[in-house]
This record gives sequence, structure tokens and C-alpha cells, in this order.
Amino acid sequence: MLPLVLDQVSFAVNGRTLIDRVSMEIAEGPRTIILGPNGAGKSVLMRLCHGLLMPTAGTVEWRGARNGRERQAMVFQRPVMLRRSALANIAYGLKLAGISPREREMRARDVLEAVGLANIAGRPARVLSGGEQQRVALARAWALGPEVLFLDEPTANLDPGATRDVETLIGQIRAGGTKIVMTTHNLGQARRLGDEILFLSQGRLVERAPVEGFFTKPASAEAEAFIRGELPWK
Amino acid sequence: MGEILIALGEAGRLIVGAEAALVEIVLLSLRVSLTAVLIACAFGLPLGAAIAVGRFWGRRPLIVIVNALMGLPPVVVGLFVYLMLSRAGPLGQFGILFTPAAMVIAQTILILPIVAALSRQVIEDAWQEYREQLRSLGAGAMTSALTLLWDTRFSLVTIVLAGFGRAAAEVGAVIIVGGNIDGVTRVMTTAIALETSKGDLPLALGLGIILLTLILALNAAAYWVKEGAQRRYG
Repeated sequence: MLPLVLDQVSFAVNGRTLIDRVSMEIAEGPRTIILGPNGAGKSVLMRLCHGLLMPTAGTVEWRGARNGRERQAMVFQRPVMLRRSALANIAYGLKLAGISPREREMRARDVLEAVGLANIAGRPARVLSGGEQQRVALARAWALGPEVLFLDEPTANLDPGATRDVETLIGQIRAGGTKIVMTTHNLGQARRLGDEILFLSQGRLVERAPVEGFFTKPASAEAEAFIRGELPWK
Repeated sequence: MGEILIALGEAGRLIVGAEAALVEIVLLSLRVSLTAVLIACAFGLPLGAAIAVGRFWGRRPLIVIVNALMGLPPVVVGLFVYLMLSRAGPLGQFGILFTPAAMVIAQTILILPIVAALSRQVIEDAWQEYREQLRSLGAGAMTSALTLLWDTRFSLVTIVLAGFGRAAAEVGAVIIVGGNIDGVTRVMTTAIALETSKGDLPLALGLGIILLTLILALNAAAYWVKEGAQRRYG
């Protein structure tokens, strides 16, 4: 379904512009990190890409073959667990994707196994730890076999141990051939998990660069200030 | 004071001895109010979910109206149903005035708004949390509503019981449309009203004690179910 092409996309609520004329293309391959300070519009931009929000101006268009909602998935900052078991949470996503009951169960078990949570399959999802919940959320998205996975600050609420687990899992999903698009305001994470950076400031796409170039030689003053602010020792 | 104590003792004897007249009244009360609750839930819960999830014209006025209807005075409902069912009324041909069926209709009208309004509130709160995730997984309005009904099931139990409590405790509507006919439409509340005015305190007190105990036991059960489930399912 990739590439995803945004053309002069704006999004405004009550006259306040949150995304301001963003044009970009997200292509197959590199892990794309949407980076920027709080309030830059990262989450809004991601929701526009995923189709949860409609732009107030401009167009969002999937240009590849085999399009459709089921080819993309999203994981949110706060995992939303349904009041049922971890396994049933994953099966629920598969059910909405139109998978038969027998295959649902099988695929849900397989994916829980793959993310190392087979032992908690029967536990009620809402009483799992935050890290486990986020991994179940990732497993639920991954089970759908998406071509693109959007991740909105997936580790913002997690402790370092759980963050490491989630990052490992993201690597696993990526190794399976899924394109990763992720927002973060954590520079270390952007470096670890990203191949290219889309730097957002005040709703505008200020800079787009490969990870290494971005951190060593940011082209824009905003990006430079952001990096300096986050890494004051540099 | 002595008279009251004697009446209390007599009431206890009636309850312990499971006096036939008393049992009959209690059973009819339960039959009428439980049927009314069942019907009210069959319509009220889906209605509550639809208003919570739906985006349609006139939604806000509808919420206000349903909320306001929670305060319907039972005698007014009784009067309305009486007019509908009386010989000259539009539904007079069915000849169900002064039957338990008429009482079920009146109580259903009385508690339907309670079930709909309270469930709407609970489901809308859950919807705030679930909305993006469900939409991301491709759930339409119908699927979302059903998912939310299931996921809020423990809170909905409390609402159903609130409806039952209201139905079992009201006297104004059933006395008008039922007529308090001995052995046919006499329920706990109408019997209490009648026996008190006749001065037969033991039966009135006995029924009062049973009514209170019943409501208390049901609410205790609901509380424990909800607490236990919340601990277990989060």
C-alpha cells in the first residue's frame, strides 16, 4: 500500500492550526521517526496518516497497490485493553479483520508465543502490568500482519525495563517486514530505533534527514535548539 | 409502642410461617418487576449504547430528555397507561387494564429511561477510552456498541438493579393500572398501602421487611459481583 503521500495537509480545530501544510512521502523500507517537542503535532500527524482524523485541507493518499485499512495498524501511548483475556484481546482484532474463529485462536496463540507472553494468555488483560499491556497491544497489531505499523509514543509511560522489552519487540516486528512509523520525543530512542527523522515543530515539517545526519548536523535552527535542549552537554 | 411491637412480632410470624397470602403477593411483585426490568433492559441497554456511540442529529436534546424522564412520577405514568388501556383508550380493545400485564407495561415505562440514561453515561465514558483503538481496528458503530456493552457489563449490573429497585418500590403506577385486586394484581407496595390504611399493621410490616431485605440483598450481591469482577478483570 506504500508509499503514503501527504500533500499540503493541514488540520485545524476551532481555528487553531495543529498541522500546517505538511507535504511528505512515507516510503517502504526505513524506520521513520516523527520527532519533535511536546505540542509539535506528532500525534495528530500520525492520526492523519492512519485515518483516525481527516485533514481540514490537503490530501492523504496511499499510492501503492493492495490498499485497505486492514493493511495498517496503530499502537497508542496508553494501551487500550478490552475487559477480557490477553488472548481474547488479540483474537478480537482478528475477528474485526474477518478471520475465522479457529484461525483467530491459532494466530493469537502464535503471536503471543512470538512476543514471549504465552504464559499470560489467559490472564485478564486489564490487570497486566503496563509493559505487558503494551506488548499485548503490539501483539494485537502485529497479528493483523500489517504492512505499516504506526506507533504513538509507545514507551512514554513505561519504566526502562519495559521500554527495552517493547523496543525489542518493535525490532522483531520490523524484522518480519513491517514498515515502522513512530513518534517520540526521546532522542535516545529515535537514534536506537530510527533510520530517518521527520522533525516537526509547531505543526510544520521542518526537517527530514537520515538519523546520523540529523543528530550530528541538523539543518534547521529549530532542530538544533531541540537537540541542544534535550542534550545540554553537547 | 406496644402495639407496634406486637405487630412486628406478628409480621415475623407471617414471614417465618411463609403465610400463603404473603407469599403470593411477594411472588407476584417479583414476577411483575422482574419482567419489567427484563423488557426495559432489552430496549434500554441498546438505546443507551446507541446514544453513547452514535453521532446523529438531535442527540443532545435526546440525552436531556432521557435524563429528565428518569424523574417520571409513577402516578403520572400510571395515569398515562390507564388512559391508554381503559375501555375508551387506543389500546382498550386488549382488555388488559387491571391485570399484571398492565402493571408490567407501567413499570417498564418507568424504568426504561433509568436504564437508558445511566447506561448511556457508563458506556460513553468507556467509549472515550476505547474510541480510537476500536476505530483503528476497523470497528463500525454497531460493533463498537456491542463491544462496549460487553466491556462495561459489571457496571451495567448495578444499573439493572437500580431499575429493579425502582420498579419493586413504586406504588403509584401499579395501584392505578393494577387496581390492587386481591389475588390478581396485589403486590407488596399496594398491599402495604392498603393494609396500613385498614390498620392491619402486621401484614404491612411483614411485607415492608421483605421488600427492604430483598432490595438490600440484591444490592449487596451486585456490589460484590462488581467488586470481585473489577479485582479480577480490572
